[in-house]
Amino acid sequence: MKPMSAPETSSSASPPPTTRRRVLGGAATLALCATALTACGEANTGTGVPTLTWYINNAFDAPIGERCSEEAEAYDIRTEQLPNNAAGQREQILRRLAANDSSMDILSLDPPYMAELAEAGFLRPFTGEEREEFSEDVLEGPLQQSLYEDTMFGAPFFANTQLLWYKKSVAEEAGLDMSEPVTWDQIIDAAEQTDSTVAVQGQRNESLMVWVNALVESAGGAIIDPDSQGADAEDVEATIDSPAGKRAAEIMTRIADSTAAPPALSTAAEETSRAAFQEERGGFMVNWPYVWNAFAAGEEDGTLPAGFREDVGWAVYPRVDADTPAATPIGGVGLSVGAFSEHPDLAVDAIRCLRSVESQVEHMLTGGEPGANAAVFEDPRVREQFPMWEAIRTGLVDAAPRPITPFYGDVTGAIQQGYHPPSEISPETAPQRTAELIEGVLSNEQLL
Amino acid sequence: MSTTVPAAAGEVRDDLSVTHHGRPKLSDRARHERRLGWMLAGPAFVLMVAVTGYPVLNAVWLSLFDYRLTAPDDREFVGLSNYALILSDGLFWRQFGVTAAITVVTVAVEFVLGFALAMVMHRALFLRRTLRTAILIPYGIITVVSAYAWQYAFASASGFVNPLLGLGGYNWFGDTVPSLVVICLSEIWKTTPFLSLLLLAGLAQIPEDYLEAAKVDGATAWQRFRRVIMPNMKAAIMVALLFRTLDAFRIFDNVFIMTQGAQGTETLSFLAYRQTISRVQIGLGSAVSVILAILVVLIAVMFVKGFKTNLSQQKG
Repeated sequence: MKPMSAPETSSSASPPPTTRRRVLGGAATLALCATALTACGEANTGTGVPTLTWYINNAFDAPIGERCSEEAEAYDIRTEQLPNNAAGQREQILRRLAANDSSMDILSLDPPYMAELAEAGFLRPFTGEEREEFSEDVLEGPLQQSLYEDTMFGAPFFANTQLLWYKKSVAEEAGLDMSEPVTWDQIIDAAEQTDSTVAVQGQRNESLMVWVNALVESAGGAIIDPDSQGADAEDVEATIDSPAGKRAAEIMTRIADSTAAPPALSTAAEETSRAAFQEERGGFMVNWPYVWNAFAAGEEDGTLPAGFREDVGWAVYPRVDADTPAATPIGGVGLSVGAFSEHPDLAVDAIRCLRSVESQVEHMLTGGEPGANAAVFEDPRVREQFPMWEAIRTGLVDAAPRPITPFYGDVTGAIQQGYHPPSEISPETAPQRTAELIEGVLSNEQLL
Repeated sequence: MSTTVPAAAGEVRDDLSVTHHGRPKLSDRARHERRLGWMLAGPAFVLMVAVTGYPVLNAVWLSLFDYRLTAPDDREFVGLSNYALILSDGLFWRQFGVTAAITVVTVAVEFVLGFALAMVMHRALFLRRTLRTAILIPYGIITVVSAYAWQYAFASASGFVNPLLGLGGYNWFGDTVPSLVVICLSEIWKTTPFLSLLLLAGLAQIPEDYLEAAKVDGATAWQRFRRVIMPNMKAAIMVALLFRTLDAFRIFDNVFIMTQGAQGTETLSFLAYRQTISRVQIGLGSAVSVILAILVVLIAVMFVKGFKTNLSQQKG
């Protein structure tokens, strides 16, 4: 135990680390010293050990940072909160790293953005040994998205997958057997029949991309050619102009044009979907497991009727074709080490603690997002709080990551233009137009 | 009022005796004042050049490159091809149209409302200070905050506007036109006070004598407004409209918060943001920014020229 107390080390008000010096000129450093008198000096926390900064994107991670900081002898961990949406997180990380920010020791990184940063040389690759260590016991989905060009750049921390949530009463009324996997068509039929809604994320942001990717992959296709992972921008081949791309658009328009469409579908993100599901007409919803905690909180504070959860059921993500298992959406966070960190080895060491099974369990119990390791699902506390743990684990194994490409930002931007709003796209033209847009943007012939 | 008199080039020159070299000959006092002026404004001028001039020139320079922030080594000089790409892309012209529409609608409505508010503030007999403060409050609110407030107000499930208008679960942000309506309303609510403040300054400059003389001559209220107030406020009106137009043309915050550019509500600033910040295509984004800056300058020139023509026509 160090004399330094944890809350101080992780306070966002604590001074910037000495490592900024490389970026700032001498004069600027002087100015910094003058304004923040405690900022300068070798050991800014007074404990004589380096401070590692962990950029988190979820406030629930701060206590994990505190605990690991307290346990460690060789370093302190300070957490810094990133913006609360995926695009904002990417922008901030990208711009800081492009400016060689040495304060970026450990990053909580949304996996789709990893390839871009890795290709640019902004992330320190994990060594073969480290990769082996951080792959151990990790489920298939999170493992896949931690690699770029067969190198690990983000140690799987937690993973996330969407489930199909439904009201048991609605499914029963529609005569839908939820013990077997169901298809999109089945749930739309059931919702139409019972005058209920199918809540999906149709807002033009990353949530839409998650949906489109799951539909396309479930239909046996891919948005871009998986072999173009390391290709130059102009050589990336868009493969969404395919029967799978068309099938995805068909399902989207079918929901949008049916009575099963929740109001505000084209602006619905995760929380909007949850609100729609909680309403009287709510019948089905695809969403991340955090909603379970949110339902519980709603029951507690009275915004939801007591016993609301008793009518809520869950199943694996809906299929596109009845005979093919769904390619479930996957999200989560990998822990990466910034390429300009002055203490990369300490950062790797800290990651060992931050992503330990204990940390993953803690994160899942407080934040509601599933761990990446199989062992997390063995924990009795997890099983108790998440009765749907089996469906989650299945989702994490069957998952299809979003395209792994350094040009992910452009690809998702193009999808969000080509497949939005769901009520106005045409299954006949959307796939082709989107494919052209992806390739046009990547070869610098079109704006986005 | 001097502002109503067109300052034709010749008239200006009459004030100064011109030397053979074509340079005005200044008196000692004028020279001294000019030097003092430079000394006073010099540091600010240097600072301005440093903090605005450099980035502007840098943006122009960068706009000539194919340059992605994540691949600095692949940076390549491409001349004007970024500009060619932008100007030949339908997206640019659509967003130009959206931006122009927002500008025209908001500035027109704001002008009418702003003028009315300025009149009220000017003529108010009691509670003058309270009134002015109340009118100015929206302008003091950060745009992002007001954008959220309007977004929440019009939210389909939780907003108060739908129940108020009996619209049920109508999704204001689900289509281009209603989204733009809310964006424009928010803009108008927020910046009308600014316009009315500038117009109030103009109103305060009109000597009461003019209005009284017009009254004595039997001019109606409308005639006094048309023939006395408006012409005497030309400069204030131009400044107010110009500032607001330039501001409106660069609209970003409201769109960013309310629709994130969805439903075809993206504006030119948004286009620059997407290329530069989201796509980290520094070259392409800089080119969009430069085009935007040129458009802004063009608008300014049009305003200044346009108002001058009108003034001279009125004189004739």
